[in-house]
Amino acid sequence: MKAARASLLAGAAAFMALPAFAQGGGLTVPKTIEAGAAFSIQSSGSGKGSLYIVGIGQALKRDIQLGETTWFPVGSLYNAGHYMVVVTGDGGAAESGSLDVVPESKPADLSFLARPSRLPVGLHDGITGAVYVFDAYKNLIPASMPVEFALAGPSGETQSRTVNTRYGVAWTALDSTPKQGTDKFVARSGGVSSERVIGQVPGDPCGLKMSAAPAGKDVRLQTDPVRDCSGNAVPDGTIVTFTEAYNGAQSTVDVPLKRGIAQVEMPAHPGATITVASGVILGNQIRWGR
Amino acid sequence: MLKASLLLLAVAATAATMAVAQPTVRVEPAHLETQRPLADETAKAAIRDYLESWQSMDAALEQNRPDLLDADFVGDARDKLSETIQEQAKLGIRTHYEDRAHDVQIVFYSPEGLSIELIDTVDYDTQLLDHDKPQAKQQVHARYIVVLTPAELRWRVRVLQAQTE
Repeated sequence: MKAARASLLAGAAAFMALPAFAQGGGLTVPKTIEAGAAFSIQSSGSGKGSLYIVGIGQALKRDIQLGETTWFPVGSLYNAGHYMVVVTGDGGAAESGSLDVVPESKPADLSFLARPSRLPVGLHDGITGAVYVFDAYKNLIPASMPVEFALAGPSGETQSRTVNTRYGVAWTALDSTPKQGTDKFVARSGGVSSERVIGQVPGDPCGLKMSAAPAGKDVRLQTDPVRDCSGNAVPDGTIVTFTEAYNGAQSTVDVPLKRGIAQVEMPAHPGATITVASGVILGNQIRWGR
Repeated sequence: MLKASLLLLAVAATAATMAVAQPTVRVEPAHLETQRPLADETAKAAIRDYLESWQSMDAALEQNRPDLLDADFVGDARDKLSETIQEQAKLGIRTHYEDRAHDVQIVFYSPEGLSIELIDTVDYDTQLLDHDKPQAKQQVHARYIVVLTPAELRWRVRVLQAQTE
Protein backbone atom coordinates (compact mmCIF):
# COMPACT_ATOMS: atom_id res chain seq x y z
CA MET A 1 0.00 0.00 0.00
CA LYS A 2 2.79 2.33 1.06
CA ALA A 3 4.78 1.38 -2.04
CA ALA A 4 1.81 1.96 -4.31
CA ARG A 5 1.26 5.39 -2.76
CA ALA A 6 4.92 6.28 -3.17
CA SER A 7 4.77 5.17 -6.79
CA LEU A 8 1.69 7.30 -7.41
CA LEU A 9 3.39 10.30 -5.82
CA ALA A 10 6.48 9.74 -7.93
CA GLY A 11 4.31 9.51 -11.03
CA ALA A 12 2.53 12.73 -10.16
CA ALA A 13 5.88 14.44 -9.57
CA ALA A 14 7.05 13.25 -12.98
CA PHE A 15 3.97 14.72 -14.63
CA MET A 16 4.45 18.02 -12.81
CA ALA A 17 8.09 18.20 -13.89
CA LEU A 18 7.24 18.08 -17.59
CA PRO A 19 7.36 21.39 -19.40
CA ALA A 20 4.02 21.91 -21.11
CA PHE A 21 3.18 24.40 -23.83
CA ALA A 22 -0.15 25.55 -25.10
CA GLN A 23 -0.47 24.64 -28.75
CA GLY A 24 -3.34 25.07 -31.18
CA GLY A 25 -5.61 27.18 -28.99
CA GLY A 26 -6.54 25.40 -25.79
CA LEU A 27 -4.41 22.32 -26.32
CA THR A 28 -1.54 21.99 -23.86
CA VAL A 29 1.08 19.48 -24.95
CA PRO A 30 4.64 18.93 -23.66
CA LYS A 31 7.09 20.10 -26.31
CA THR A 32 9.37 17.13 -25.75
CA ILE A 33 9.33 14.03 -23.60
CA GLU A 34 11.93 11.36 -23.03
CA ALA A 35 11.13 8.00 -24.61
CA GLY A 36 8.84 6.00 -22.36
CA ALA A 37 8.27 8.82 -19.86
CA ALA A 38 4.84 9.59 -18.44
CA PHE A 39 3.15 12.74 -19.73
CA SER A 40 -0.19 14.45 -19.97
CA ILE A 41 -2.16 16.49 -22.49
CA GLN A 42 -4.72 19.11 -21.54
CA SER A 43 -7.54 19.82 -23.98
CA SER A 44 -10.13 22.59 -23.94
CA GLY A 45 -13.87 22.69 -24.49
CA SER A 46 -16.53 20.33 -23.24
CA GLY A 47 -18.19 17.12 -24.27
CA LYS A 48 -16.70 13.96 -25.62
CA GLY A 49 -13.81 13.89 -28.02
CA SER A 50 -10.88 11.93 -29.37
CA LEU A 51 -7.18 12.46 -28.83
CA TYR A 52 -4.73 11.22 -31.44
CA ILE A 53 -0.94 11.05 -31.24
CA VAL A 54 0.47 9.91 -34.58
CA GLY A 55 3.92 9.67 -36.09
CA ILE A 56 5.91 7.18 -38.07
CA GLY A 57 7.02 5.55 -34.82
CA GLN A 58 3.65 5.01 -33.13
CA ALA A 59 -0.07 5.73 -33.35
CA LEU A 60 -2.25 6.27 -30.28
CA LYS A 61 -5.89 7.22 -29.90
CA ARG A 62 -7.87 7.87 -26.71
CA ASP A 63 -11.52 8.70 -26.15
CA ILE A 64 -11.43 11.74 -23.90
CA GLN A 65 -13.58 14.22 -22.06
CA LEU A 66 -12.78 17.62 -23.57
CA GLY A 67 -11.45 20.16 -21.11
CA GLU A 68 -9.85 17.49 -18.96
CA THR A 69 -6.30 16.25 -18.67
CA THR A 70 -5.43 12.96 -20.33
CA TRP A 71 -2.65 11.04 -18.61
CA PHE A 72 -0.27 8.74 -20.40
CA PRO A 73 1.60 6.39 -18.06
CA VAL A 74 5.23 5.32 -18.33
CA GLY A 75 5.88 3.31 -21.49
CA SER A 76 3.01 4.75 -23.55
CA LEU A 77 5.09 6.64 -26.10
CA TYR A 78 8.60 5.30 -26.54
CA ASN A 79 9.72 5.51 -30.16
CA ALA A 80 11.78 8.66 -30.68
CA GLY A 81 10.51 11.04 -33.31
CA HIS A 82 8.06 13.78 -34.17
CA TYR A 83 4.37 13.29 -33.44
CA MET A 84 1.24 15.13 -34.47
CA VAL A 85 -1.22 15.62 -31.61
CA VAL A 86 -4.85 16.12 -32.60
CA VAL A 87 -7.96 16.55 -30.49
CA THR A 88 -11.38 16.39 -32.11
CA GLY A 89 -14.78 16.94 -30.56
CA ASP A 90 -18.13 15.51 -31.45
CA GLY A 91 -18.80 18.68 -33.39
CA GLY A 92 -15.86 17.86 -35.63
CA ALA A 93 -13.67 20.88 -34.79
CA ALA A 94 -10.02 19.89 -34.32
CA GLU A 95 -7.16 21.32 -32.34
CA SER A 96 -3.66 20.18 -33.10
CA GLY A 97 -0.14 20.45 -31.80
CA SER A 98 3.05 18.48 -31.90
CA LEU A 99 5.29 16.56 -29.60
CA ASP A 100 8.87 15.33 -29.92
CA VAL A 101 9.99 12.14 -28.23
CA VAL A 102 13.72 12.13 -27.53
CA PRO A 103 15.75 8.99 -26.82
CA GLU A 104 16.71 8.06 -23.29
CA SER A 105 20.16 9.33 -22.44
CA LYS A 106 21.39 6.00 -21.07
CA PRO A 107 22.66 3.43 -23.57
CA ALA A 108 21.07 0.00 -23.41
CA ASP A 109 22.32 -1.61 -26.60
CA LEU A 110 25.32 -1.26 -28.87
CA SER A 111 25.23 -2.28 -32.50
CA PHE A 112 28.87 -3.20 -33.02
CA LEU A 113 30.26 -3.85 -36.49
CA ALA A 114 33.79 -5.27 -36.34
CA ARG A 115 35.77 -6.30 -39.39
CA PRO A 116 37.42 -8.46 -40.51
CA SER A 117 36.69 -11.62 -38.55
CA ARG A 118 40.13 -13.02 -39.50
CA LEU A 119 43.32 -11.29 -40.58
CA PRO A 120 47.12 -11.65 -40.49
CA VAL A 121 49.10 -10.51 -37.47
CA GLY A 122 50.81 -7.13 -37.31
CA LEU A 123 48.60 -5.24 -39.76
CA HIS A 124 48.47 -1.48 -39.18
CA ASP A 125 44.85 -0.27 -38.79
CA GLY A 126 43.81 -3.72 -39.92
CA ILE A 127 40.86 -4.06 -37.52
CA THR A 128 37.98 -1.60 -37.61
CA GLY A 129 34.99 -1.25 -35.35
CA ALA A 130 31.93 0.97 -35.62
CA VAL A 131 29.33 1.31 -32.89
CA TYR A 132 25.81 2.71 -33.02
CA VAL A 133 24.43 3.47 -29.55
CA PHE A 134 20.77 2.75 -28.77
CA ASP A 135 18.53 3.22 -25.74
CA ALA A 136 16.25 0.60 -24.22
CA TYR A 137 13.57 1.30 -26.85
CA LYS A 138 15.97 0.83 -29.78
CA ASN A 139 16.17 4.57 -30.39
CA LEU A 140 19.51 5.82 -31.70
CA ILE A 141 21.00 8.19 -29.12
CA PRO A 142 22.34 11.19 -31.06
CA ALA A 143 23.86 13.00 -28.06
CA SER A 144 27.63 12.68 -28.02
CA MET A 145 28.96 10.10 -25.56
CA PRO A 146 32.24 8.23 -25.12
CA VAL A 147 32.69 4.72 -26.48
CA GLU A 148 35.72 2.72 -25.40
CA PHE A 149 37.15 0.24 -27.88
CA ALA A 150 39.52 -2.40 -26.45
CA LEU A 151 41.33 -5.10 -28.36
CA ALA A 152 42.87 -7.82 -26.17
CA GLY A 153 45.40 -10.08 -27.87
CA PRO A 154 45.98 -13.77 -27.14
CA SER A 155 48.77 -13.02 -24.67
CA GLY A 156 46.72 -10.44 -22.79
CA GLU A 157 48.15 -7.23 -24.19
CA THR A 158 45.42 -4.67 -24.81
CA GLN A 159 45.03 -1.72 -27.13
CA SER A 160 42.40 0.72 -25.98
CA ARG A 161 40.92 3.87 -27.48
CA THR A 162 38.03 6.09 -26.45
CA VAL A 163 36.04 7.88 -29.12
CA ASN A 164 33.04 10.19 -28.71
CA THR A 165 29.96 9.41 -30.77
CA ARG A 166 28.82 11.80 -33.44
CA TYR A 167 25.18 11.45 -34.51
CA GLY A 168 25.02 8.28 -32.45
CA VAL A 169 27.99 6.50 -33.99
CA ALA A 170 31.68 6.09 -33.13
CA TRP A 171 34.39 4.17 -34.94
CA THR A 172 38.04 3.27 -34.66
CA ALA A 173 40.82 1.39 -36.42
CA LEU A 174 43.36 -0.70 -34.49
CA ASP A 175 46.44 -2.72 -35.39
CA SER A 176 46.27 -6.49 -35.32
CA THR A 177 48.57 -7.77 -32.58
CA PRO A 178 51.90 -9.57 -33.28
CA LYS A 179 50.77 -12.91 -31.88
CA GLN A 180 48.50 -15.34 -33.66
CA GLY A 181 45.35 -16.56 -31.93
CA THR A 182 42.01 -15.12 -30.91
CA ASP A 183 41.54 -11.46 -30.06
CA LYS A 184 38.62 -10.12 -28.05
CA PHE A 185 37.38 -6.83 -29.47
CA VAL A 186 35.10 -5.07 -27.01
CA ALA A 187 33.10 -1.84 -27.29
CA ARG A 188 31.76 -0.23 -24.10
CA SER A 189 29.56 2.76 -23.45
CA GLY A 190 27.50 3.77 -20.43
CA GLY A 191 27.86 0.42 -18.72
CA VAL A 192 26.89 -1.59 -21.79
CA SER A 193 29.34 -3.66 -23.75
CA SER A 194 29.44 -5.76 -26.86
CA GLU A 195 32.17 -8.22 -27.79
CA ARG A 196 33.41 -9.61 -31.07
CA VAL A 197 36.05 -12.25 -31.71
CA ILE A 198 38.77 -11.61 -34.25
CA GLY A 199 40.97 -14.45 -35.47
CA GLN A 200 44.58 -13.52 -36.11
CA VAL A 201 46.54 -15.85 -38.36
CA PRO A 202 50.28 -15.79 -39.04
CA GLY A 203 51.46 -13.49 -41.77
CA ASP A 204 53.54 -14.45 -44.78
CA PRO A 205 56.66 -16.55 -44.17
CA CYS A 206 59.66 -14.50 -43.23
CA GLY A 207 63.33 -15.52 -43.68
CA LEU A 208 62.43 -18.74 -45.50
CA LYS A 209 65.50 -20.97 -45.39
CA MET A 210 66.25 -24.49 -46.65
CA SER A 211 69.16 -26.84 -46.34
CA ALA A 212 70.27 -29.64 -48.63
CA ALA A 213 71.79 -33.04 -47.99
CA PRO A 214 72.67 -36.00 -50.24
CA ALA A 215 70.19 -38.86 -50.33
CA GLY A 216 71.50 -41.53 -52.71
CA LYS A 217 71.04 -40.25 -56.25
CA ASP A 218 68.87 -37.42 -54.95
CA VAL A 219 69.28 -34.36 -52.86
CA ARG A 220 67.06 -34.02 -49.77
CA LEU A 221 65.78 -30.46 -49.34
CA GLN A 222 64.27 -29.34 -46.06
CA THR A 223 63.21 -25.96 -44.78
CA ASP A 224 63.83 -24.67 -41.29
CA PRO A 225 60.58 -24.29 -39.32
CA VAL A 226 58.66 -21.70 -41.33
CA ARG A 227 57.61 -18.64 -39.36
CA ASP A 228 56.22 -15.19 -40.09
CA CYS A 229 58.11 -12.00 -39.26
CA SER A 230 56.60 -11.96 -35.74
CA GLY A 231 57.79 -15.49 -35.03
CA ASN A 232 54.41 -17.22 -35.40
CA ALA A 233 54.50 -20.64 -37.01
CA VAL A 234 53.04 -20.55 -40.51
CA PRO A 235 50.16 -23.07 -40.60
CA ASP A 236 50.59 -26.58 -41.94
CA GLY A 237 49.27 -26.89 -45.44
CA THR A 238 50.88 -23.69 -46.62
CA ILE A 239 52.54 -24.47 -49.94
CA VAL A 240 56.31 -24.21 -50.29
CA THR A 241 57.73 -24.39 -53.80
CA PHE A 242 61.15 -25.93 -54.53
CA THR A 243 62.61 -25.18 -57.96
CA GLU A 244 65.66 -26.86 -59.46
CA ALA A 245 67.28 -25.37 -62.56
CA TYR A 246 69.85 -27.47 -64.39
CA ASN A 247 71.35 -27.24 -67.85
CA GLY A 248 68.59 -24.97 -69.16
CA ALA A 249 65.80 -27.19 -67.76
CA GLN A 250 63.71 -26.47 -64.72
CA SER A 251 61.62 -28.66 -62.43
CA THR A 252 59.30 -27.48 -59.71
CA VAL A 253 57.72 -29.28 -56.76
CA ASP A 254 55.00 -27.85 -54.52
CA VAL A 255 55.05 -29.24 -50.99
CA PRO A 256 52.63 -28.45 -48.16
CA LEU A 257 54.09 -27.64 -44.78
CA LYS A 258 53.89 -30.54 -42.33
CA ARG A 259 54.68 -29.90 -38.68
CA GLY A 260 56.03 -26.53 -39.65
CA ILE A 261 58.54 -27.70 -42.24
CA ALA A 262 58.56 -28.69 -45.91
CA GLN A 263 60.80 -31.39 -47.30
CA VAL A 264 61.28 -33.07 -50.64
CA GLU A 265 63.85 -35.11 -52.59
CA MET A 266 64.87 -33.95 -56.05
CA PRO A 267 67.41 -35.37 -58.54
CA ALA A 268 70.94 -34.45 -57.53
CA HIS A 269 72.28 -32.78 -60.69
CA PRO A 270 75.79 -31.47 -60.06
CA GLY A 271 75.81 -27.70 -60.63
CA ALA A 272 72.02 -27.37 -60.27
CA THR A 273 70.60 -24.20 -58.75
CA ILE A 274 67.86 -24.85 -56.21
CA THR A 275 65.56 -22.16 -54.85
CA VAL A 276 62.71 -22.17 -52.37
CA ALA A 277 59.70 -19.87 -52.15
CA SER A 278 56.25 -19.61 -50.58
CA GLY A 279 53.83 -17.50 -52.55
CA VAL A 280 55.67 -14.32 -53.39
CA ILE A 281 58.18 -14.78 -50.58
CA LEU A 282 61.56 -16.00 -51.81
CA GLY A 283 63.93 -18.00 -49.63
CA ASN A 284 67.56 -18.85 -50.02
CA GLN A 285 69.29 -20.40 -53.03
CA ILE A 286 71.61 -23.39 -53.05
CA ARG A 287 74.07 -24.43 -55.77
CA TRP A 288 74.46 -28.21 -55.59
CA GLY A 289 78.14 -29.22 -55.79
CA ARG A 290 79.66 -30.97 -58.82
CA MET B 1 -4.12 20.85 -86.31
CA LEU B 2 -4.97 23.50 -83.71
CA LYS B 3 -7.63 21.27 -82.25
CA ALA B 4 -5.10 18.44 -81.92
CA SER B 5 -2.58 20.77 -80.23
CA LEU B 6 -5.17 22.01 -77.73
CA LEU B 7 -6.12 18.44 -76.92
CA LEU B 8 -2.47 17.59 -76.36
CA LEU B 9 -2.09 20.60 -74.05
CA ALA B 10 -5.22 19.62 -72.14
CA VAL B 11 -3.95 16.06 -71.69
CA ALA B 12 -0.58 17.37 -70.57
CA ALA B 13 -2.21 19.75 -68.09
CA THR B 14 -4.39 16.96 -66.70
CA ALA B 15 -1.39 14.67 -66.37
CA ALA B 16 0.55 17.41 -64.60
CA THR B 17 -2.31 17.96 -62.17
CA MET B 18 -2.63 14.26 -61.45
CA ALA B 19 1.09 13.69 -61.02
CA VAL B 20 2.46 13.62 -57.50
CA ALA B 21 4.61 16.66 -56.89
CA GLN B 22 8.25 15.70 -56.59
CA PRO B 23 10.06 17.03 -53.53
CA THR B 24 12.93 19.40 -54.02
CA VAL B 25 16.20 17.80 -53.00
CA ARG B 26 19.39 19.50 -51.95
CA VAL B 27 22.48 17.44 -51.23
CA GLU B 28 25.16 18.99 -49.05
CA PRO B 29 28.79 17.85 -49.48
CA ALA B 30 29.50 14.79 -47.35
CA HIS B 31 31.26 15.51 -44.08
CA LEU B 32 33.14 12.32 -43.27
CA GLU B 33 35.86 11.45 -40.80
CA THR B 34 36.22 7.80 -41.68
CA GLN B 35 39.13 6.06 -43.39
CA ARG B 36 37.01 4.62 -46.19
CA PRO B 37 36.53 6.88 -49.20
CA LEU B 38 32.94 7.26 -50.32
CA ALA B 39 32.56 6.91 -54.08
CA ASP B 40 30.18 9.35 -55.78
CA GLU B 41 28.15 6.46 -57.20
CA THR B 42 27.72 4.96 -53.74
CA ALA B 43 26.60 8.29 -52.26
CA LYS B 44 24.16 8.91 -55.11
CA ALA B 45 22.69 5.40 -54.85
CA ALA B 46 22.24 5.67 -51.08
CA ILE B 47 20.52 9.06 -51.32
CA ARG B 48 18.35 7.92 -54.25
CA ASP B 49 17.24 4.80 -52.35
CA TYR B 50 16.60 6.81 -49.19
CA LEU B 51 14.42 9.35 -51.03
CA GLU B 52 12.45 6.51 -52.61
CA SER B 53 11.86 5.07 -49.15
CA TRP B 54 9.67 8.10 -48.35
CA GLN B 55 7.32 7.08 -51.16
CA SER B 56 6.99 3.51 -49.92
CA MET B 57 6.65 4.68 -46.31
CA ASP B 58 3.82 7.01 -47.33
CA ALA B 59 2.09 4.27 -49.32
CA ALA B 60 2.44 1.78 -46.46
CA LEU B 61 1.10 4.20 -43.81
CA GLU B 62 -1.68 5.48 -46.06
CA GLN B 63 -2.89 2.01 -47.05
CA ASN B 64 -1.97 0.30 -43.77
CA ARG B 65 0.08 -2.25 -45.69
CA PRO B 66 3.35 -3.23 -43.99
CA ASP B 67 4.35 -5.34 -47.01
CA LEU B 68 5.01 -2.12 -48.93
CA LEU B 69 7.96 -1.47 -46.61
CA ASP B 70 9.88 -4.57 -47.61
CA ALA B 71 11.86 -3.10 -50.49
CA ASP B 72 13.16 -0.08 -48.63
CA PHE B 73 13.21 -0.79 -44.90
CA VAL B 74 14.98 -3.36 -42.77
CA GLY B 75 15.65 -4.08 -39.10
CA ASP B 76 14.34 -1.73 -36.42
CA ALA B 77 13.06 0.86 -38.91
CA ARG B 78 10.92 -1.76 -40.60
CA ASP B 79 9.75 -3.24 -37.31
CA LYS B 80 8.75 0.13 -35.89
CA LEU B 81 6.92 1.25 -39.03
CA SER B 82 5.19 -2.11 -39.22
CA GLU B 83 4.01 -1.80 -35.61
CA THR B 84 2.73 1.72 -36.34
CA ILE B 85 0.75 0.37 -39.28
CA GLN B 86 -0.72 -2.38 -37.10
CA GLU B 87 -1.70 0.23 -34.50
CA GLN B 88 -3.23 2.45 -37.17
CA ALA B 89 -5.23 -0.45 -38.62
CA LYS B 90 -6.48 -1.42 -35.17
CA LEU B 91 -7.59 2.15 -34.48
CA GLY B 92 -9.15 2.63 -37.91
CA ILE B 93 -6.84 5.48 -38.83
CA ARG B 94 -4.49 6.19 -41.70
CA THR B 95 -1.80 8.80 -42.19
CA HIS B 96 -0.50 10.46 -45.31
CA TYR B 97 3.04 11.82 -45.52
CA GLU B 98 3.99 14.03 -48.43
CA ASP B 99 7.59 15.15 -48.48
CA ARG B 100 8.09 18.58 -50.06
CA ALA B 101 11.79 19.24 -49.56
CA HIS B 102 14.90 17.38 -48.43
CA ASP B 103 18.27 18.81 -47.43
CA VAL B 104 20.55 15.79 -47.17
CA GLN B 105 24.09 15.40 -45.91
CA ILE B 106 26.00 12.14 -45.51
CA VAL B 107 27.81 12.26 -42.17
CA PHE B 108 29.21 8.75 -41.74
CA TYR B 109 30.38 5.88 -43.90
CA SER B 110 31.47 2.97 -41.79
CA PRO B 111 35.02 1.71 -42.37
CA GLU B 112 33.87 -1.73 -43.50
CA GLY B 113 31.34 -0.18 -45.90
CA LEU B 114 28.31 -1.73 -44.24
CA SER B 115 26.45 1.42 -43.21
CA ILE B 116 25.90 4.99 -44.27
CA GLU B 117 24.45 7.60 -41.96
CA LEU B 118 22.88 10.79 -43.21
CA ILE B 119 21.09 13.79 -41.81
CA ASP B 120 18.03 15.05 -43.65
CA THR B 121 16.20 18.26 -42.89
CA VAL B 122 12.76 17.55 -44.32
CA ASP B 123 9.69 19.64 -45.00
CA TYR B 124 6.62 17.48 -45.25
CA ASP B 125 2.86 17.49 -44.78
CA THR B 126 1.13 15.01 -42.51
CA GLN B 127 -2.54 14.25 -42.76
CA LEU B 128 -4.56 12.16 -40.32
CA LEU B 129 -7.68 10.28 -41.44
CA ASP B 130 -10.01 8.41 -39.10
CA HIS B 131 -12.20 5.92 -40.94
CA ASP B 132 -11.35 7.79 -44.12
CA LYS B 133 -12.49 11.12 -42.67
CA PRO B 134 -9.76 13.78 -42.65
CA GLN B 135 -9.13 14.96 -39.11
CA ALA B 136 -6.15 17.27 -39.35
CA LYS B 137 -3.22 18.28 -41.52
CA GLN B 138 0.12 19.69 -40.42
CA GLN B 139 3.18 21.09 -42.11
CA VAL B 140 6.31 19.77 -40.47
CA HIS B 141 9.93 20.88 -40.61
CA ALA B 142 12.09 18.25 -38.94
CA ARG B 143 15.58 16.84 -38.96
CA TYR B 144 15.93 13.11 -39.42
CA ILE B 145 18.85 10.83 -38.65
CA VAL B 146 18.95 7.98 -41.13
CA VAL B 147 21.10 4.85 -41.18
CA LEU B 148 21.22 2.83 -44.37
CA THR B 149 22.68 -0.62 -44.91
CA PRO B 150 23.35 -2.33 -48.21
CA ALA B 151 21.13 -5.15 -49.47
CA GLU B 152 21.53 -7.16 -52.65
CA LEU B 153 20.41 -4.44 -55.02
CA ARG B 154 19.90 -1.29 -53.04
CA TRP B 155 20.44 0.55 -49.78
CA ARG B 156 17.76 -0.02 -47.18
CA VAL B 157 16.77 2.20 -44.28
CA ARG B 158 17.67 0.66 -40.92
CA VAL B 159 17.12 3.73 -38.73
CA LEU B 160 14.74 6.62 -39.50
CA GLN B 161 14.35 8.91 -36.54
CA ALA B 162 13.33 12.54 -36.21
CA GLN B 163 15.68 14.51 -34.03
CA THR B 164 14.70 17.55 -32.01
CA GLU B 165 16.65 20.52 -33.32
